[in-house]
Amino acid sequence: MPRVRFRDVVKTYDGVTAVVKRLDLDVAAGEFLTLLGPSGSGKTTTLMMLAGFEVPTSGTIAVDGQPVNSLPPHRRDIGMVFQNYALFPHMTVAENVAFPLSVRKVPRAEQAARVDKALAMVKLGALGNRRPAQLSGGQQQRVALARALVFAPRIVLMDEPLGALDKNLREHMQLEIKHLHEELGLTVVYVTHDQSEALTMSDRIAVFNDGVIQQLDAPDVLYGRPANSFVANFIGENNALPGIVEQVEQGYALVRLATGELLWALAVAVDRVGQRTALGIRPERIVLGAEGLQARVLEQIYHGDHVRLRVACGGSDQVMVKLRYGEGEVPAPGAEVTLAVAPEHCLALDAPQ
Amino acid sequence: MGGEVTAKDLRRRLRRAERLNRLGAFALVGPLLLFLLVVFVMPIADMMRRSVHDPELGRVWPQVVVAIGGWTDRSRPPPEPVFKALAADMRASREAGNLAVAARRLNYDIENGRSLVQNTARRLPAEATSWTETFVAADPRWGEPETWGAIDRAAGPLTSFFLLAALDLQRHADGAITPAPPQKSVYLDLLQRTFGIGLGVTVLCLLLGFPVAYLIAALPPARANLLLILVLLPFWTSLLVRTTAWVVVLQERGLVNELMLWLGLIDRPVRLIYNRIGVVIAMTHVLLPFMILPLYSVMKAIRPDFMRAAASLGAPPATAFLRVYLPQTLPGIAAGTLLVFIMAIGYYITPALVGGAGDQMISYFIAFYTSDTVNWGMASALGAVLLVATLILYAVYVRLIGVDRMRLG
Repeated sequence: MPRVRFRDVVKTYDGVTAVVKRLDLDVAAGEFLTLLGPSGSGKTTTLMMLAGFEVPTSGTIAVDGQPVNSLPPHRRDIGMVFQNYALFPHMTVAENVAFPLSVRKVPRAEQAARVDKALAMVKLGALGNRRPAQLSGGQQQRVALARALVFAPRIVLMDEPLGALDKNLREHMQLEIKHLHEELGLTVVYVTHDQSEALTMSDRIAVFNDGVIQQLDAPDVLYGRPANSFVANFIGENNALPGIVEQVEQGYALVRLATGELLWALAVAVDRVGQRTALGIRPERIVLGAEGLQARVLEQIYHGDHVRLRVACGGSDQVMVKLRYGEGEVPAPGAEVTLAVAPEHCLALDAPQ
Repeated sequence: MGGEVTAKDLRRRLRRAERLNRLGAFALVGPLLLFLLVVFVMPIADMMRRSVHDPELGRVWPQVVVAIGGWTDRSRPPPEPVFKALAADMRASREAGNLAVAARRLNYDIENGRSLVQNTARRLPAEATSWTETFVAADPRWGEPETWGAIDRAAGPLTSFFLLAALDLQRHADGAITPAPPQKSVYLDLLQRTFGIGLGVTVLCLLLGFPVAYLIAALPPARANLLLILVLLPFWTSLLVRTTAWVVVLQERGLVNELMLWLGLIDRPVRLIYNRIGVVIAMTHVLLPFMILPLYSVMKAIRPDFMRAAASLGAPPATAFLRVYLPQTLPGIAAGTLLVFIMAIGYYITPALVGGAGDQMISYFIAFYTSDTVNWGMASALGAVLLVATLILYAVYVRLIGVDRMRLG
């Protein structure tokens, strides 16, 4: 039985447009699942319905097999970390962390022991007597985390918890949260609009757009085999080349580009000849070769450990090629080059509307 | 070495720049400071001075106030020279036409003091062998030490008479301070009543204002603004109009009584006005905005996330309210209650219009002494007592709550 099960869940605020459309989603116990998507895609609404702050318009949400639709938030046993931490400003750090224990009438001595343990876990053992306002953003984040974990909830929800931190701290906290998840065996549902954060932390990622899950897969599958153009463009960098399917054979499609050039691609979202498609190619999968697509270098973009070329190719002048140093001469702007892509790294996806 | 000199130089320049800044800032608030000094600080200081300053008698009876210094045995009337001095003073002031000033001043302290002075002065002969006997013959009260004690207390230029009177105390001729007789003890009662009404109004304002402020803080901005304007609407009409409106609403055949009769809650009209109920209702109405505004400003800053966090951590709504929301509104509660209470204890018009004789507050008596009897000393003493009592209460309050925890707006 999954820890969380969404079945046929619909949420609408105005009765006209559905923010979440017929959502089916299972979260396994011990899993780190990320809801990823642009703002307004329904990911936060989904999280809020699970937390109990929003009520589904229809459908059921079950936790451990028990429907929770009508269960108020305080009886769901779900820990939550908020975007701006929501630490209670009139309580000390220790009082904040003790709050979920004291409302559960845990004996005082046990409270103190568990608070100490939780604070030590997030490496804040010495700061129990401070007020939240006296802490840095990263420390507040840890307190919020300790507070959401101290009562050993069935599920931990995180709503863009790292959004307010600077880049270095954010990356550091990503790893820490991931380690906590592994050590404590937590079931985590995490909401973010940052795809690299999702790739780093998650067991599985549900990519939301327009109230619908576009794809639900492990990070490497999502990146390597996106199911459609939206996912390909949203996760990582993607070169999109429009074309028409000429031939379909054993899961591969021969695609004619705008320049008339032909290219074999993995048939992900196409199945018949004459169909419009968009080829999705990752910049690091393109190599400079002897035969392939004709291209002209427009720009060199220096990135420290690698260099990118913006090239005109296959009817687009926004094609990016990622080259490592030490793999031959980097062509200068204006140079004519030939680009090759292996068919399994060239995905024939749905043509954008 | 060179670096040190530069650092010192730098510090000096910084100080000079800061001094200029401060001067500029001071010049900007200067007019307001001056204004406050003239219309606020100086009147208060003058009032405090008048509560202990008592020059009237000394001005019209200059001889007796000096001579009374020779009165040592306070259990008996003063010696002859004091009587003689009083006789000379009475005659002189009668001729100068300001005997009434002395008569009025002594009337504060001695029952029927005015007639005592006027009658004695009228019967006083030009010459007498024993002024003591002459005075006692004119009115036996001149033989009582307490009568002379009153003159001594009024001799000025400083006196504790008014302040003691404002606290229902009196000083006797022999210097002992005792509680005033019950028929003269009104001011402690008055002070208690004033603070009692103030407290009642404050509690009512808090109970009524808290939900309103909560509602306004929770609404979307457009509707919150509308409600705020409704809260502030009373300020657009005069206090007098608002108060008299309550007379219309609360009178025997007024709206409230008619409604309760119609609903069958009562079978004959209840007295709602010209008593304590009317005073408390009208004052609560007038002062409510001063409670709602600080509460609203504090509540608006409390993010809804806090209540959600509390719920997600397992707190039922009531617990979340008591342990998470309410403590965060304390600065607003502190500011609102202080504001309302301090304004309430100074109220004059509302109790005067909708209260009965037993509901008048301290301001009423201050006004009475200033405009009806022109007893500045007593008016100032009551004002001083009110001011000091308020300051003490404020100090206790700040001690309990902490001034930094208060947010007025």
